[in-house]
Amino acid sequence: MSMAQQAEPVVGTPPAPGPRRTDGRTSRRPLPLRLLARPEVGVFLGAVAVLVFFLIVAPPVRDGSSMANILYQSSTIGIMALPVALLMIGGEFDLSSGVAVISSALTASMLSYQLTLNVWTGVIVALVVSLAIGALNGWMVVRTGLPSFLVTLGTFLILQGANLAVTKLVTGNVATDDVSDMDGFGQARKIFASSFDVGGVQVKITVVWWLVLAALATWVLLRTRYGNWIFAVGGDKGSARAVGVPVTFTKISLFMLVGFGAWFVGMHNLFSFNTVQSGEGVGQELIYIAAAVIGGCLLTGGYGSAIGPVFGAFMFGMVQQGIVYAGWNPDWFKAFLGVMLLGAVLINLWVQRTATRR
Amino acid sequence: MDRSSRSRSRRAAPLVAVAAAAALTLAACSSGSGGKKAQEGAANASAGRADTPRMTVALVTHQAPGDTFWDTVRKGAQAAAAKDNVKLVYSADPNAGNQAGLVQNAVDQKVDGIAVTLAKPDAMKGVLGKAEQAGIPVVGLNSGLSDWKKLGLVEFFGQDEGVAGEAFGDKLDTTPAKKIVCVIQEQGNVGLTQRCDGVRKTFKGTTETLYVNGTDMPSVKSTITAKLKQDNSIDTVVTLGAPIALTATQSVGDAGSKAKVATFDLNNRLVKAVQNGSIEFAVDQQPYLQGYLAVDSLWLYENNGNYSGGGVQPVLTGPAFVDRSNVDKIAEFAAKGTR
Repeated sequence: MSMAQQAEPVVGTPPAPGPRRTDGRTSRRPLPLRLLARPEVGVFLGAVAVLVFFLIVAPPVRDGSSMANILYQSSTIGIMALPVALLMIGGEFDLSSGVAVISSALTASMLSYQLTLNVWTGVIVALVVSLAIGALNGWMVVRTGLPSFLVTLGTFLILQGANLAVTKLVTGNVATDDVSDMDGFGQARKIFASSFDVGGVQVKITVVWWLVLAALATWVLLRTRYGNWIFAVGGDKGSARAVGVPVTFTKISLFMLVGFGAWFVGMHNLFSFNTVQSGEGVGQELIYIAAAVIGGCLLTGGYGSAIGPVFGAFMFGMVQQGIVYAGWNPDWFKAFLGVMLLGAVLINLWVQRTATRR
Repeated sequence: MDRSSRSRSRRAAPLVAVAAAAALTLAACSSGSGGKKAQEGAANASAGRADTPRMTVALVTHQAPGDTFWDTVRKGAQAAAAKDNVKLVYSADPNAGNQAGLVQNAVDQKVDGIAVTLAKPDAMKGVLGKAEQAGIPVVGLNSGLSDWKKLGLVEFFGQDEGVAGEAFGDKLDTTPAKKIVCVIQEQGNVGLTQRCDGVRKTFKGTTETLYVNGTDMPSVKSTITAKLKQDNSIDTVVTLGAPIALTATQSVGDAGSKAKVATFDLNNRLVKAVQNGSIEFAVDQQPYLQGYLAVDSLWLYENNGNYSGGGVQPVLTGPAFVDRSNVDKIAEFAAKGTR
């Protein structure tokens, strides 16, 4: 699509001197270079570098169950990073995604508990609420033409306040009541928060969902008309509309996809921990966005992939848990995290630059 | 016009359908166990009502939004206010500068008394001087044990975090614990750090520190799991908040570790976990008591000139231990969210 944005970082480079007398403008570049220019390859190499690094410095990482733990952490980030990345490719931004996860979990929990309903009722209503929040975000962005940064900052604050105030109003506390003894809880837990055995290692089901959703997102992005629409509205909204792309539908549906992701992770939180604290989730939106950007999505839209954010989320989970596995001085935890992520992003950038240089 | 109204009604149709479907589902899908119906409608503590003139008390804390602990403090303050014919004005901000602004706001409102937490005492100095000038009595609660007298407060209600940590360490010494990890859910929080330091001081075994991201439970869970895998000689996980403790019990399972979990602070679910043995013990600073006493003491000061602690000693509300031996008594109060 708009690969050209990335393809011209070096201006005024003289034609490559060498045995071949072509100027390189029309010749096909070698396969490895073309491969390296894919948005997800840089982050893949960054993730491999981080993995290898921690395999060397942190012996516990070599254990299968540790890897399952790292993948679990990555999956809870990754499931949200996917729709956040698609939205970003579509040229928009959602700051409310972190607290939206908690809003969804609170809705499901309080509705089932207060009315003493089967928890599935709460789960379904929460899905409707989450999609509605997404649709509202999208509708406001499309309708007002304001930057999505501003609109979703508003939603972020509204949700943060409402999470707290409504929970307090309904339950009399700032955390929801325990729903683990209610009908349907066992089934819901199986779907959203169970684990299964792979060669003696307990793997969390969120890891499976994460990979399934990533495969689905990749297929949609690369093989369907809707995928083309996403790239088109993120690249140039005006031209997209001119060639008949339903811009409004695409944007609103992308925000609703983020709502779906928030619902999914929210349900995981609820069925994994039985109650939800209303103050959680703040700051998570930046981690989702970071995973998407590290995964090769441009902040300006029109460029990126769905598989990139998978590695982005993995890198985040790997670094975060790797520091603990390595047993480094915990006072430096956040500083280590920042340095490792910057390092990984630089590898990513370097690969991109090298690959696209002629 | 015509077109828009038609599209609106077309849009309304699915909404009606969804609402109808929801109503049907609500009726059909009730839960046979748990839920609100199972919750006992217990009344809050109440002790009649004073006939003294109505007074206004401002309670200004450094609560972060959504924290179960501060919710309990506020409930205690409300119970005292209801009993004492006091109008309670509650406000909070975790940022010290903003909290000072809220105290200034209370001074401007000419309230009859102020109860304040001193998480960052230096930031409050200026505004507390103004309260003194305006003749408004100020009491401290929760944090600021070493500073309340210097800043001219009349009384203080709270727990010395360091002392609580030391008591925690002493209690651990009576168990077979040899190596513990102290889990801090908010890097840079002074009170939490003091707790871990206190534990380290008296605990005879080895103490390690671990930072987790308290706003993301899945991350808390996997980070504690990672720590237990990294060091399998850890036999006790010490947490500094009730929700973190409950998550830590899951991490212990995930890591295949035999570590025990002990914690600071209580909530309803934690009490159950102590009852069923998944958590060894909890040390409670009785937040309800802090809020209650702070408001009640201002009422006593106004109406009878009393000083709790004689105006020179702090009134300690903790550390109170909750373990198997006394948990059943506390459980009934915790169910109401007041312990």
